[in-house]
Amino acid sequence: MFVSLFILTLLVVTAISIARIRDLWAAVMFTGIFSFLGACWMLILDAPDVAFTEAAVGAGISTFLMLGTLALAGKKEKPTKGSPLVPLIVVGVTGAALIYGTLDMPHFGDPNSPVQTRIQPSFVEKSQPDMHGLPNVVTALLGSYRGYDTLGETAVIFTAGIAVILILRRSSTEAFGSGSTPKKGSK
Amino acid sequence: MTLEQVFGLYNYWVVICLMMTGFYIVIARKNMIKTVIGLNIFQTSVVLLYITMGKVTGGTAPIIPPEIAAQHAESHGHEDGHTGHDAHVDHAEHADHVSEAGYEATDAVVHHGVEAAEAAELIYSNPLPSVLMLTAIVVGIATTALALALIVRIGEDYGTVEEDEIQLINRREQPNKRAS
Repeated sequence: MFVSLFILTLLVVTAISIARIRDLWAAVMFTGIFSFLGACWMLILDAPDVAFTEAAVGAGISTFLMLGTLALAGKKEKPTKGSPLVPLIVVGVTGAALIYGTLDMPHFGDPNSPVQTRIQPSFVEKSQPDMHGLPNVVTALLGSYRGYDTLGETAVIFTAGIAVILILRRSSTEAFGSGSTPKKGSK
Repeated sequence: MTLEQVFGLYNYWVVICLMMTGFYIVIARKNMIKTVIGLNIFQTSVVLLYITMGKVTGGTAPIIPPEIAAQHAESHGHEDGHTGHDAHVDHAEHADHVSEAGYEATDAVVHHGVEAAEAAELIYSNPLPSVLMLTAIVVGIATTALALALIVRIGEDYGTVEEDEIQLINRREQPNKRAS
């Protein structure tokens, strides 16, 4: 409970400092920290698979990609000219509406909430005979019961990878004309 | 608003707070890289929101302990089903009551009883949100990569990644097409 509250406080502090900081390099680093803290909280929330993925993808690859972009597109953020009042009001109203929406949600960790009672026992119980004793239920779900989801996800990554290559290759041949332009090392 | 409600819902509120921070960065900051960072924060908060819904108090990660899983896998061929530690203990206890002749026949039944009892004691958190969010994280990094590639491209063409400066350049170069 206290560890959880500590991590949540750090998460909020990190998010606010990302919003306030002007140096983009520092903001990217804070984003990595944010993702890692999120992964820590996911570990407490019994989702180790998501925590691993978030630590590897959110804190690792994502930070790497952003640093590559910073090297190509500039590190400093110009000060915003307009007043931050309008965005603050919009954010405040949206947040208040969302918090109003949570008031009748099932409480944290409630075993009788609809999320837990509808489908979960059948997955945990059925995955054992179905998967011949595969220990990790998340793996069973990901690979078999929701296999088409994972297939679609793979298709999305493939498409995004091709699109990134196409966008960046065009820039190196047409805009500069020299083959020695540093390409972004993504994908 | 009672204290119980506060303790039951604080996780949602923190997640909404994070979400709104990301939203603020997206709409208030004109730098495109900062906007992508805001989107990333928003996405991580949504992932956290789903993961908190799957948590059960007193639960554990939805990974079946290896002994139980192994027994389940081998429960049909019970001659090599003696791997688990608990199975050995039960084996010894049960041998006191059962004669040597009837021992082999009851062995399989005892194993089934043990694993059912152990499985009933453990509470697992919900695996379904984890699976959905695994997909969401990976799709999120794909869209982030695409957005960053576009930003690099825009930066090469315009020399800046600030939205208002790009709009200024657009207006200066194409005064007739301002409406489009």
